[in-house]
Amino acid sequence: MLQQAFNGLVGGSFYALLALGLAVIFGMLGVVNLAHGAFYMLGAFGAFIALDAFGLNFWVSLALVPLLLGVAGAVLERLFVRRLAPLDPLYNFLFTFGLALILQDLVRREYGVNSQPYPRPRELAGTVDLGLFTYPAYQVFVLAVSAVMCAVVWVVLTRTRVGVIVRAATERPELTRALGIDVGRWVTPVFGFGVALAAFAGVLAAPMRAVNPLMGADLIITVFAVVVIGGLGSVFGSVAAGFAIGLVSALGNLYVPALSQILVFILMAAVLLWRPAGLFGREEAFR
Amino acid sequence: MIMSRLARSGRGGIALLVIGLLAALVLPWLIYPPVALDIACWALFAAALDLLLGFTGLLSFGHAAFWGGSAYCTGLIALHGGMPFPVAILGGAAFAALLALPIGFLSVRLTGIYFAMVTLAFAQMIYFVANQWRDVTGGENGLQGIPRELFGLDLYDPFFFYYAGLPFVLAGLLAAWRIVRSPFGRVLVSIRDNPARARALGYPVDRYRLLAFVLSAALSGTAGGVFAIGHGFASLDGLYWTTSGQVVMMVILGGIGTLWGGAIGAGVVVQLQDFLATAGFEGIGIVTGSIFIVIVLLFRRGIWGTARHLARRRGLSPAGGSGGGPAGSPGLARAPASPRPAGGPPGATAGERC
Repeated sequence: MLQQAFNGLVGGSFYALLALGLAVIFGMLGVVNLAHGAFYMLGAFGAFIALDAFGLNFWVSLALVPLLLGVAGAVLERLFVRRLAPLDPLYNFLFTFGLALILQDLVRREYGVNSQPYPRPRELAGTVDLGLFTYPAYQVFVLAVSAVMCAVVWVVLTRTRVGVIVRAATERPELTRALGIDVGRWVTPVFGFGVALAAFAGVLAAPMRAVNPLMGADLIITVFAVVVIGGLGSVFGSVAAGFAIGLVSALGNLYVPALSQILVFILMAAVLLWRPAGLFGREEAFR
Repeated sequence: MIMSRLARSGRGGIALLVIGLLAALVLPWLIYPPVALDIACWALFAAALDLLLGFTGLLSFGHAAFWGGSAYCTGLIALHGGMPFPVAILGGAAFAALLALPIGFLSVRLTGIYFAMVTLAFAQMIYFVANQWRDVTGGENGLQGIPRELFGLDLYDPFFFYYAGLPFVLAGLLAAWRIVRSPFGRVLVSIRDNPARARALGYPVDRYRLLAFVLSAALSGTAGGVFAIGHGFASLDGLYWTTSGQVVMMVILGGIGTLWGGAIGAGVVVQLQDFLATAGFEGIGIVTGSIFIVIVLLFRRGIWGTARHLARRRGLSPAGGSGGGPAGSPGLARAPASPRPAGGPPGATAGERC
C-alpha cells in the first residue's frame, strides 16, 4: 500500500513536469500546446538516439536533449506560434495538433511502433532501502529530481526578477507592456523552456517506460485533465494536481483496477461540477 | 416550408443544392463505392461539428466519442438485437445524444480553449472505457461482422449500401440546415458572437449551448452509425482523439460556419487518405498534420468560405446561403471566449477571423 503510494508519486512526477510546462506556456502565451506530448516522446527518443548513435550516456542526454528541444521549441514559437498568437487561441491549439501528428508519424516511420529498449543508468541500477520497503533507486531519483525541478521553477517564478516579469506578463499582458517591459521578448524563451521541461520528462521516462512513438499521445490528454483539475492557468495548481492525481490513480489501481485509467477523468468531471475553474484556478481565468 | 426558405436563398442556392444532390447521387459511379460512403458519413459528421463550431462558437475536440460511441451502439444493436440496420442507426444516434447530455452539461460551463480541452478529455475517457470493457466492445479487436440486415434485402454490395445509407446522411444534413436556419439557430449565432448580450437578453446561454451540443452529437452519431454498418465493424479508432481532430480539420478545410463546406473538406481528406493508403504510404499523419498546419496558418477561411468571400467581393449574391452570421463570415469563438489575448495587441483576438 505504501509502496503503491510511492509508485503513484513517481507516476505523478511525470504528470507534474508535463503539467508545469503546459501551465507556464499557457500562462505566458495563452497557448494550449497539444504537441507537448510529442515533445515528451521526442525527449525519450532523443535519449535513445543519443545512446544508440552517439554513445552518449543518460546524464549527458538529461542535459543535452532538453536543451536542444528547448531551442527547437523557441524556433517554432518564432516562426509559427507567434503568427497565430493574436488570433483566437484555438488556432494555436489546432496548429500544435497538426504538429503532434507530424512528429508522431515521422518517428513512427523511422522506428516503428515497437518500444525501444533503454537501460537504466549504472549509478541508479540498484535499489534503495527506504526503511519500510526497498525501492528501485531510479524511481527514487525520478521523484526527487521532479520535485526539485518543480520547486526551482516555483522559486524562480516567485522570488526572482525574471519570475516577477513573467508572472506579471501572464496575468496582465497589456498593463505589463504599458509599464515599459518588453513582454514579447520573454515569450520565446518561456515557450522554449516549457518544451524543454517536456523533453526533460521524456528523458527521465526513457529508462522506466516504453519508448515508442505513441507514448506521449495518451499521456498528454490525461495531463490536460490534470491541468483542468488543478486550475486552468495556475502553475501551483498544475503541479500539486499532478502529484495528487498520480497518487490517487495508483491507489485506485490497487482498490478498483477496472477504473484506474478513467479515474482521473471522473475526478475532472467532479471538479467541473463543483468548481469549474479548477481547484486552484480563479473564476476570472475563464469565460 | 423548405421550399419557401430555399426560394429566399435565391436561384444560386437552388442551383447549388441541385448540384450537391446530383453529386451525392452519382458519387459511387465516379469513385470506389466504399470511399463514396466514407465521404458521405464524414460529410454529415463535419456538418454536425460545424453546427457547434461555426454556429455556436464552441470547438469540440471530443466528437469522436459520439461518432465512435454510436458506431459501437449501432453495431451492438445490429449484432445482438437482430434489428434491421435503420433501427440500429437510430439507436446509435440516440445513444450518442444520451452520452452528450452529461458530457455537454459539464463542458458548456467552459468556453473557448477550455471547452476544447475538456471535451478532448471526456472523449479519451470513453475511449478508455471501450478499451477496457472487452466483453461488450471486443477491446482492441472491436466489433466485427456487423450485419446489414434489411428485411432480407442483400445490401452487402457497397454500391447498393451507399444508396441505403445516403438517406440517413441527407436527412442529417437537412436537419443541420434546418437547425441553423431556425430561430433557435439564430440564438446560437448570437451566443457565438456575444454571449454576454445574449444572456442579458434573457436567453439561458448554457442551456442553448447544451442543446446545440446534444443535437450535434446526435447527428455525429447518425454518421458514425452509418459508417459502422457500412464497414461492418466498429473499432477503437473511431473513438480515438485523431478522429476528433480529423473532423475538425475537415470543417476548417471546408470553411468554418459554412455547413456545406465540411462536405467538401470531407471529400478532399477522405480521397487523399485513400490515395495515400493505396499508394502504400506509411505515416498518413505527416500529410494530414501538414495540411492542418497549412490551413491554420494560411487558409483559415477554407474552401467554401473562400469561394463565398470571392463571390461576395464580385457582388454576386451570397452563394449557398448557409445562414451564417451577419455581414462577416463566422469564425471561431469570439473574443469573450479567450481569457487572455496573450502576446498580441489587446483586442486583436477578434481581429482577423476566417
